[in-house]
Amino acid sequence: MSVVEQTVKPYSREWLLSDRPQSRRQAKLGRAYVVWRRFGENRLALLGLVIILALLFVAAFAGVLAPHDPLQGDLRNARLLPPGAEGYLLGTDDQGRDILSRLLYGSRLTLLVVVLVAVIAAPVGLIVGTVSGYAGGWIDAVLMRITDIFLAFPKLVLALALVAALGPGIENAILAIAVTSWPPYARIARAETMTFRQSEFISAVQLMGASPFRIVMRHVMPLCLSSLIVRVTLDMAGIILTAAGLGFLGLGAQPPLPEWGAMIASGRRFILDQWWVAAMPGIAILIVSLGFNLLGDGLRDALDPKEAGQ
Amino acid sequence: MTPLLTVEDLRVSFPTRTGTVDAVRGVSFSLGRERLGIVGESGSGKSQTGRAIMGLTPNQADVRAKKLLFGDMDLLAMPPKERRLLRGKRLAMILQDPKYSLNPVMTIGLQIVETLKTHERISSKDARARVLQMLEAVQINDPERVFDLYPHEVSGGMGQRAMIAMMLVCGPDLLIADEPTSALDVTVQLEVLAILDKLVAERGMGLIFVSHDLRLVSTFCDRVLVMYAGRVVEELSSANLDQAQHPYTQGLLNCLPHIGSHRHPLPVLERQKEWAE
Amino acid sequence: MAPMDTSAVTRRPQRRVPAFASALMRFIVMAATTLLGLLAVTFFIGRVIPIDPALAIVGDRAPQHVVERIRLELGLDLPLYQQFWIYLKQVASGDFGTSVLTTNPVLTDILRVFPATIELATVGTIIGAVLGIPLGVLAAVKRGSIADQVVRVIGLVGYSVPIFWLGLLALVLFYAKLGWVAYPGRMDIVYEYTFTPTTGFYLVDAIWQGEWDVVRDLFRHIILPGALLGYFSLAYISRMTRSFMLNELSQEYIVAARAKGLSEARIIWFHALRNAAVPLVTVIALSYAGLLEGSVLTETIFAWPGLGLYITNSLQNADMNAVLGGTVVIGAVFVGINLLSDLLYRTLDPRTRSR
Repeated sequence: MSVVEQTVKPYSREWLLSDRPQSRRQAKLGRAYVVWRRFGENRLALLGLVIILALLFVAAFAGVLAPHDPLQGDLRNARLLPPGAEGYLLGTDDQGRDILSRLLYGSRLTLLVVVLVAVIAAPVGLIVGTVSGYAGGWIDAVLMRITDIFLAFPKLVLALALVAALGPGIENAILAIAVTSWPPYARIARAETMTFRQSEFISAVQLMGASPFRIVMRHVMPLCLSSLIVRVTLDMAGIILTAAGLGFLGLGAQPPLPEWGAMIASGRRFILDQWWVAAMPGIAILIVSLGFNLLGDGLRDALDPKEAGQ
Repeated sequence: MTPLLTVEDLRVSFPTRTGTVDAVRGVSFSLGRERLGIVGESGSGKSQTGRAIMGLTPNQADVRAKKLLFGDMDLLAMPPKERRLLRGKRLAMILQDPKYSLNPVMTIGLQIVETLKTHERISSKDARARVLQMLEAVQINDPERVFDLYPHEVSGGMGQRAMIAMMLVCGPDLLIADEPTSALDVTVQLEVLAILDKLVAERGMGLIFVSHDLRLVSTFCDRVLVMYAGRVVEELSSANLDQAQHPYTQGLLNCLPHIGSHRHPLPVLERQKEWAE
Repeated sequence: MAPMDTSAVTRRPQRRVPAFASALMRFIVMAATTLLGLLAVTFFIGRVIPIDPALAIVGDRAPQHVVERIRLELGLDLPLYQQFWIYLKQVASGDFGTSVLTTNPVLTDILRVFPATIELATVGTIIGAVLGIPLGVLAAVKRGSIADQVVRVIGLVGYSVPIFWLGLLALVLFYAKLGWVAYPGRMDIVYEYTFTPTTGFYLVDAIWQGEWDVVRDLFRHIILPGALLGYFSLAYISRMTRSFMLNELSQEYIVAARAKGLSEARIIWFHALRNAAVPLVTVIALSYAGLLEGSVLTETIFAWPGLGLYITNSLQNADMNAVLGGTVVIGAVFVGINLLSDLLYRTLDPRTRSR
């Protein structure tokens, strides 16, 4: 096609970093590559990525990786064995169940919670925020008042009250956390929308006769996505902690499900003598939420160099 | 007699991710109790030269010189604490924009008092009197009131006068003024310059006036250094501005319009690689 | 302001008070609508979501006539908006219903337990601010150094660790194994009979009465949950302090302060921190509000007789009135703290003061 195509091998470093991309795809890949390089320079962020990838892997292959059944224990021979006991790397709980196997299966529940909360809360926040920011006027005023009302509630307390009304269970816990999670996303999406509502390209689309619905869906929302993704990633840790807190209070996943927070609660009775029953699930929660925090931090720095290191 | 300031082969460089950037590359001059202008475009190293003399270069930067003497004191060899105590007392600097260079949450009066109290053992009452006197010296009419105002409550010209008062209250020997009027309205510029002019003359200070404005500097200073890409390309006395040899200086001079002449096309400032060598 | 007028100074004194008052008014209106919305949400949770709100309040073991009485009291046969109006009137007169668990009016219960939570959250915030601000300043001043990294990791772990788990482990270590702190609870049982608190803030009361034995005992009880909450507050405060300080240290007035010959210590702790303090006030207020929330789980672990424990106990016993009453109170305190931090912000920053 052109001289550049001949001298620069496609998908090579130079091709990706080229100032004059020849195609949309090259431009997109190039941008992604730059972000990736900035991300890669941050070792802690890479560590976070590794943790999350490991979580995905474990959740996918829990059935293969787990040495024991997570729900049925060996009550006769294997109650409250310490870590390192034969066949039980992390010990067993009061029902003779292998803690490691329960943790591995529990990763599925953790992942389920964060994914479902993100899938419910992020689009709600995105829609409320973009509509509010694009429409302005009284629509904006009303939507933002509602957002502020939900922001005024402490997350955990509102989730507690909701679960109390809905009844305990993992589905209700997810719903309750989602209800408390969307307001910040709406705020962010609105702020982003406001910055380019008056910009030329939006006017151009308006002049071409696009409906407000189309403008918001096709032109405004995609631009809000990157900051929203960063915020959702940073929130994942909080979601995990809230879910674990609900589980600990007996309001989340119900026994015998191997939910990490509930596992801590059931280990609480033995904490003085069999510390591992409560300690191990806590370590799992700590590692995973640390992973999300590191990843979110790294993403933010990579996508927004202005804020880097702040 | 030893000069007030001796600078020989001053170099300032900053490490960056892509290698070191040399902001100042071998600047030499000496200064008595006179007015020296340093002129250049942005990025020419003029501001960094001033900051290096003050010792205000950021930590990560590398500052070297064969000689950097204030009187007969070696600025680079002295302990940091002694050098710090010279600042504000014997060496002072005025920054560009009072909107940013005054602490927004401290009253103007207290900011000036702070300079005094750093360098002199003085009671609060005496300090206040001295500051009010100084505010009067920079032609602020009602110093008592301005003393208690916050920086955002005064105009730019007033802020810059407060800045001058803050830096001169201890009676320094050398003042570095880094674009002191660039952020001000044109009408205020001249007043602030007049105040600066008067104080420098009365107190017999040495002055280094850093600016991008060659004409302004030449009316205000005895000598002018023209900097380009971290080097001094030409040194002129203000009286002989029209005898400038270097094409860059000539370019700077040509940028100014003359009454009665039509110029088409407008001249563009030329830059050539070899000037930077 | 005309540029010619060189002595021009924006007029300050007369405008100061009205601007402040109008901001206050605006904020009070906003706070009021937020509170109304808050009540709408709790009304929705308590009266609309449950299939039978009366049963949700008295529990399903209650005799039929009690359930009927509650139905009538709530006006469940009326349309929703009338029910909401009844709810609003009740709340306005301080009536959050009766707790099934304690059989007291919910408001009485809350007023009794809330001081304990306030005391705990205050101790936590003090610990968090006293340690978090210097750590944040250190991280900003030594940006990129080992110290900066350590502060960053301390903060990230604080964001990531489940508070109830850390509390359990801390109890095992500092109470069971080392014996450094007292057992869970607010004070030793012995003192329950000898010490009569007047305000409900035991530490204040004990110091006021000069009961130093009691003060020491209270301290041994509050230090561990307080330190735990303090750690979470520290994680947030140190991170924000670092960010604010980096911003301030890059400003021109810092260069000017150096040019005046000030010491680094004075530049950092006086000039930069004084400016960073303005947004920090908001952060500390937010972290205080966050600790009220964190107290729900912490109080459960440490058997701390505060609002958090009250809410979780009520939850376990399906005592809906108590749960919703507690939720409203915590929400209202959140709104109040936001109002307060906004006002503080205005008094601390001379720029907003006169605007």
